[in-house]
Order: sequence, then C-alpha cells, then structure tokens
Amino acid sequence: MDILTLFIIVPVLTIIALVFSKGLERTRVVSMIGSIIQLGMAINLVFAYFKERAVNDGIMVFTKDVVWFKNFNIHYNIGVDGISVALILLTAIVVLAGVFISWKTSELPKEFFISLIVLSVGVYGVFISIDLFTLFVFFEIAVIPMYLLIGIWGSGPREYSAMKLTIMLMAASAVLLVGILGIYFNSNADGGPLTFNILDIAQVNIPEAAQKLFFPLVFIGFAVISALFPFHTWSPDGHASAPTAVSMLHAGVLMKLGGYGVFRVAMYLLPLGAIHWSWFFIILAATGVVYGAFSAIRQTDLKYINAYASVSHLGLVLFALLTLNKIAWNGAIIQSLSHGLLTAMFFALIGMIYGRTHTRDITKLGGMMKILPFIGAIYVITGLAYLGLPGFSGFVAEMNIFVGAFQQNPDTFHRVLTVLVVSSIVVTSVYILRLVGKIMMGPLITNDVQDLPRATWYEKTGILLLMIPVIGIGVAPLWLSDMIMKSLEPFIQGVL
Amino acid sequence: MNFSSFLLMRQEMILLTIILLLLVAEISLPKAKKQSIVHLAIFLFGINTIVGFFAIETSSWFGGMFHTNGLIHFFKNVLNVGVFILLLQSADWLQEKIVDNNKGTEFFILLFSSLLGMYFMISAGDFLMFYLGLELSTLPVAALAAFEVTKRISSEAGIKFILSAALASGVSLFGISMLYATSGSIYFDDIITMIASTNLTLLGFILFFAGLAFKISLVPFHFWTADVYEGAPISVASYLSVISKGAAVFILMILLFTVFKNLMHVWENIIYVVALATMFIGNLFALRQQNMKRFLAFSSIAQAGFILLGLMTGNQLGTATIIYFVMIYVFSNLAAFGVVQAISLKTGKENMNDYEGLYRTNPNLSLVMMLALFSLAGIPPVAGFFGKFFLFTAAASKGYYLLVFLAVVNVTISLYYYLLVVRAMFLRTSDQAIPYFKNKLYMKLGLLVTVIGILVLGLYSPLYDYIFELSKHLN
Repeated sequence: MDILTLFIIVPVLTIIALVFSKGLERTRVVSMIGSIIQLGMAINLVFAYFKERAVNDGIMVFTKDVVWFKNFNIHYNIGVDGISVALILLTAIVVLAGVFISWKTSELPKEFFISLIVLSVGVYGVFISIDLFTLFVFFEIAVIPMYLLIGIWGSGPREYSAMKLTIMLMAASAVLLVGILGIYFNSNADGGPLTFNILDIAQVNIPEAAQKLFFPLVFIGFAVISALFPFHTWSPDGHASAPTAVSMLHAGVLMKLGGYGVFRVAMYLLPLGAIHWSWFFIILAATGVVYGAFSAIRQTDLKYINAYASVSHLGLVLFALLTLNKIAWNGAIIQSLSHGLLTAMFFALIGMIYGRTHTRDITKLGGMMKILPFIGAIYVITGLAYLGLPGFSGFVAEMNIFVGAFQQNPDTFHRVLTVLVVSSIVVTSVYILRLVGKIMMGPLITNDVQDLPRATWYEKTGILLLMIPVIGIGVAPLWLSDMIMKSLEPFIQGVL
Repeated sequence: MNFSSFLLMRQEMILLTIILLLLVAEISLPKAKKQSIVHLAIFLFGINTIVGFFAIETSSWFGGMFHTNGLIHFFKNVLNVGVFILLLQSADWLQEKIVDNNKGTEFFILLFSSLLGMYFMISAGDFLMFYLGLELSTLPVAALAAFEVTKRISSEAGIKFILSAALASGVSLFGISMLYATSGSIYFDDIITMIASTNLTLLGFILFFAGLAFKISLVPFHFWTADVYEGAPISVASYLSVISKGAAVFILMILLFTVFKNLMHVWENIIYVVALATMFIGNLFALRQQNMKRFLAFSSIAQAGFILLGLMTGNQLGTATIIYFVMIYVFSNLAAFGVVQAISLKTGKENMNDYEGLYRTNPNLSLVMMLALFSLAGIPPVAGFFGKFFLFTAAASKGYYLLVFLAVVNVTISLYYYLLVVRAMFLRTSDQAIPYFKNKLYMKLGLLVTVIGILVLGLYSPLYDYIFELSKHLN
C-alpha cells in the first residue's frame, strides 16, 4: 500500500471500526486512535517528502496511477507536492484536535465521529488527487457530511443553517462540474487524448476563448467554499450553528479546499483565463477582506465574529492568489495553514467557553481570565497571533502577502487594492483587542460563574496540538517556505 | 424454424412458462396453501433471472420482427433484476393483504405479462411488434394500478392510467401509420434508409414520440404520473417508475439512434426542450410534496429529464451512459420505494412528516433511504453520482454546456428536496416517531440487494466498460 492511499484507507478502517464499537467510551477511543494514526502518517509524510524531494525532481512525488473508467480516461491518480503535504499535515492536526474537543459528545456519538471522519476522507482525497474527476468526487464527499453534522449536533437555527450551507456549497460544486467538463473537453487541444490528469492538462494549450469561458465557473465553484464575497453568506450561519469540532474542521480545513482548488485547478490549468479575469475577482476578494473585517466588529456572538473574521482572512488568501506573484502565493499558502490552525483554536476556545457559561454573547461575558485562566490565556495568545503579531504564523503569512502584492504589482489598481486590504489589519486588531479586553480582562459580569470547571486534559491536549505548529511556523518559517517555494515552481512557469 | 431459434427467445419462453405454471398452481393449490404461491413465484422468477445471465448471440427472427443482441439481452437482465427486487419487496404486502383475497396469482400473472410485453417491445424489429409489446406492457399495469379495488383512490388510479395510456398509444399508432405512409414499410431496417425529413414524417415522428414520452412521463405528458403513483399500490408505483420507465427509455433510445438517426437535427431540439421542461417541472413540483409516493413520482419525472441528456449525443457514449444510468436508477429508486413500502405496510403512514425521528427508531431503514436519496441526488461515492456525471459528460461532449449547466442547477434543486426527507429522518426527533419494527426476510433481502447495488455499481468501473463494449451493437 502506498503512503498516500493510506490516507484514505486508515480513515475508512476507522469508520468500519466505529460501526462495530459500542458506547461513548469505545467510540471516542477508536476515533482518537484512528486520528492519532493519521497524524503520525502525516508527520511521517513530511519527512518522507523531504527525503524523496532530494532524489525526485517531478512536480508530484509518491505518484500512483490506476486506470478507473478507461472510456473517459478517468484515473485514480494521486501524488503530492509541498503544498499538499503541508495541508495534509494541517488536516491531520485539526482532525485530532477536533476529536479531543468533541470528547464529551453524548448525542449519537458514533454517528458524529463517523461523519467527522468521512469529512476528513474527502479532504485528504482532494489534497492527494491529481485527477480532476477523483478530486471532484472527494470534494463532494467532504461537503455532504456537513449537513448531518450541523443538522443533528448543531445549535440555534441548525436546520436552516445546515440546509443553506449544503445547498450553496453543492450549487457551487455543480457550477464547478461544468467547468471541469469544459477543461476536460478542451484537454485534447494539442491533439492528445482527452484527459482529467491535472499535470497533463497543464502542458496543453487550451484555447484562449475556452479558458476565458470556463475560468469563472471553476473559480467560483471552488471559491464559494472559501467564502468569496458575495457568496459567503452560508459561512457565518453555518459556523454559528455548527458544533465546536465541526466549526473547527470546517473553518480550519474545509474552507482551505477552496483556495487549494482555485490555485491547483482554476489558475494552474487556465492561466490565460486567470490573467483575463483576475481584475474582477480580485475586487471581490478585496471586498470580502474589508467587508468581513467590518462585519466582525458589529457582531456580538463570538462565533459570528470568528466566522466573519474567517471571511476576511480567507478573502486575503484569494486576494493573494489573484495578485499573481510568487511571494504573495507563498504567503497565501502559509496564510491558509496559519488561519486553519488559529481559527480552529478560536472555535475550540469558544466551544469551551460556551460549554461552561452557556452563552456566546459578548455583552454577557466578562472577566474570563479570572475564572478560566488557561482558556483565557490561550485566547489572548490566539488573538494576538490572529492579528499578525510577529513570532506567530499569522505574521509570516500576512507579511509575505502584502510585500508580494505591493512590490510585484506596481500599477495603481493593484496598489490601491493592496492598501485597502492592508487597512483591514487595523480593523482586525480592533475586533480582536476589543474582544480580549471585554470578555477576558474586563470586569466579571455576574458572580454566579465563579466556580466554572477548569479546562480538562482532553481540551488542553486539543489546544496544545494546535498551538505548537502556530508557534512553530512563526518562529521557524523557513522549512515551510522552502517546501512551498519549491512546489510553486511549476505554477510560476505555467501561470506567470 | 428449429429448436435453436427458440432458444434465442428463451427469456420470453421461460417467462411465458412461469405465467402458465402459476396459473396451474392457482388452480391446483388448496386455499390453505395459497400463501406458497408467493414463494413459488419468487423462486421461478429467480430462475428466470439467473438463466438470463447466460450469453445470447446476436440474431434476428420472424423475418426481422424480433431480434436480440448483447445490448438488448443485457437490458432484459436489468429489467429482470429490477422485477426480482420488486418481488422481494412486495412479498410481505402480497402475503398479508392480497393473497387472502385470492388475488395473489393475478398479481404475478399481470406483472409478468407486462414484463413479457417489455421484452417484446425492446426486442422489436418493426413497428408492429413494437406496438404489440407496448400494449402488452401497458394494459396489465392498468389492472395492477387498480389492484386494491376496495380503495377508491386505487380504482381512480387505474381509470386514469388506462384512459391516458389508451390515448397515448392511439396517438403513437397514428404517428406510426404516418411513418408507414411515407416510408412504405414498418420494418426498422427499411425505414432507416427510406426516412426523409418531409413534413408528414416529422408529424409522424412527433406523434410517435408523444406516445413513448407518456410512458417515460416526460413533460408535458406527465400529468397522470403523480395521481397514479399515489393511488396505485406501492409495488405498482415502483414498477411504473422503474421498470416501465426504464424499458421505454431503452426503446426510445434505440429508435432515435437507429431508425430516426437521419432526423437527428430535428429530434435533438425536441429532446433539448423536453429535457429542460421535464427537469424543471419535475423538480419544482417535487419541492412541495408531502406524500412520499407523490414525492417519488415527481422525483422520477425529474430523473427522466436527466436521462434525456444522454440522448443528445446519438452515439455509443450516449447509449452506454443511458443504460448505465438507468441501471443505477433502478437500484436507487427501488431502494427508496422499498423503504416506503416497508413503512407503509407496517404503519400505513406515507407522509414525509411521519418519517420524523425515524433514524432514532429504525436506523437501518433510514440509512437505506438516505443512501437511495443520495444516489438519486447524485452525491458521491454512491452510484448515482457516477451515473449523472457521465450523463453530463455525454451531453458536454457535444458542446451542450448550457444544457449541462441548467441540469446541474436542477441537481441542486433536487438535492434540496431529497435533503428534506433526510432532515425528517435524521435531524428531527418526534414523540410520534414510527416505532421500531422488524422486517421479514424477503423485504430485508430486497433492500440489501439494492444497497449493494447502490454502493458497488458506481465504484466498480469494469461494469461501465462492459456496457460500453455492448453499446457498439447499436451504433
């Protein structure tokens, strides 16, 4: 069994084991063991990747190619480059942290963990796919469990949020399907066979008219899941209603599929389309950044704040990708990772606070630092990392993005947009610091919350799992930049 | 005419024998043992299904009126498997409600006669045989729809069906007569060479198409569907939506791709419009349905619209994709109808509200239903996704991107109402949830087979390759 297919096999085996395990205790232990194995495999993959990279010069390594539907030239074709390896590692970390955070799930625990792991299968699958069809299959597999996860275990208007999220994301993937078919039927433009293979299609000169036609479809198809303005409305509702672990996984990992897909499929395969359309989508992305940040200021629900912050930060990823230069690209990918970890951490902390105080309303919260010191301290650190304090991952990412966007695009249009987007950092500081000041440092609002339970071992483990890489990226970003930069080469040749 | 030529018709022969055997059994069995008719019928039909899997050679008999080839044979197998699952799912209903009224044998004989009609219809080599098959397949269904005579709604369904079916086949026959008038022959092979796009031919084609469109319940010939499905016994509704529709799609495809090949520039426009109308009307009407049978009726109208996308190609790819999709559709829809059947039989409840909280009380049935609906909606990794994806690929291969786009819009609409059922079963809890009940062996088997089909048919790619190979018979 090759090292990548294991990322499908192990979760599937975990699911089978879960089906046969009875009771909450066994269920969560089985899920934990399964997720620990996944994390182990992901860490192993990073080392194996560096070792393999030294001897293998291909765009993708650990490739494996099995014909699936031969009449359509559909293959089960997998492989990874540095970008996918980093995102796989992120996924494994967030999934394990999510399992720890959901330790106390009491309602239908078996079904909960199964859905969670189905989701992770989809995400891993997207990151390892080289074949567009396989990628699309996994993409949809990742979306559909969200309906059950939010609908069954969610809170508030969960049925509405779950339906809205699922329908919007599936509508986007329906649009994406048309785009993928468009790419497929133009993949023989140079006289070769029709193919779904991303690496092969990248070598083909797809006619410019087709690229201009299909780029928006593919781009929107992927970008909706990254909460591209104005298609972001599913995200705040979905996040607010979702249970903690699902918000973590969703904002942390699932929304990264959008940026990844935009980069790997839309921009890589349709470079002329990307150049033609970038001005339009970059305006949308920049609007999303600013709009998300300002919306976050006005919210009083902790989860809504974080959801709009995600709209803003993922808008930044799309913005960076669309500036079409490699420094910003590098920043975009680090931003994906950094945001994934930080937002997962935020949602975990909000879940913990909510689990204890039963409110997410910031007007009703205050003085958390005094009664919940561990959670409070981590919250402050996360907040600072989120607004881009040096020493944490957020800084590395944003620095790269802004330097790239400003330096490499010397025309007025891009510079004005960049300045606008940079200003959102200030807004971010406003809502983060206000939050920290109010609910952490502020005065205690009521006295009947004095004896809230402290953070438990599983919560601490979950948080630490996310914390370590955040600081790791912030303090020593070079190994990551190195891994990503090398993998950007084919994109630079193909697109720029 | 010798013995080996009869072997080429062995499926028809065996089915006819089964019908006669059941008749004998009905006469000879004492009343106390009538229940065993159900076992006998399932057993005999099981044999027929298994025998069907032995290969048959390409040939043509009765001066070209009847012909077989690998593709037709394969499709007969699909129909056989579908009917077999249907029998398994109906067994409990028959034993509990029908046999005691001395009507068990009738049910099987009518059902098998109708199936026999479909065999002849899809094997037809000329319009006469086609028309006889069409009638033989339709008339027994009218009797079946009115099978629960004590229920008013069932009789109403029977009447509605027979009237609209009679009209449709009359119109169809009128169309055939015009085609005969212009080409001078009723044999498909002759018409292929003779056909020209004169006005009379086109009129003939359109009238003929209307007759078949009725059977497939394409918009605007769909009005009978929901009422008949709602009134008819669930087994019959299931039969109409799966087997009858599948066979009609198959023969429509054969005729369009061979006999009317030269008129492609005409019928592709018709199919384009009809496909869009069918998808949109089916989906939009399904949104508001509360009764599960009506719900599935509109869902199956919409599915027929998707199938038409494959027709737009007129080539081997389209043929293979349509057959593949119909096969998957047979399994998915039978699974959905099977669950509705099981619940209706135990509790008499058929509304979507009644399904609230079903997962907490009957998890297995809910899971089967969810898989079936996901397959109908086209969510990977279940089979329906592959079927739909390939249909869209087939349509896109001819450059119909706009049509594909509108079709995926419809997929999203359909996802909404399929999720409504999932919502009722999984998201809601209810005090009046249907209590836990155990299904009998036949029903369990019937559902198990469909679930295996839904899970395996899509992922197991050699099957598609096999169908693709077979499809060269047609093109």
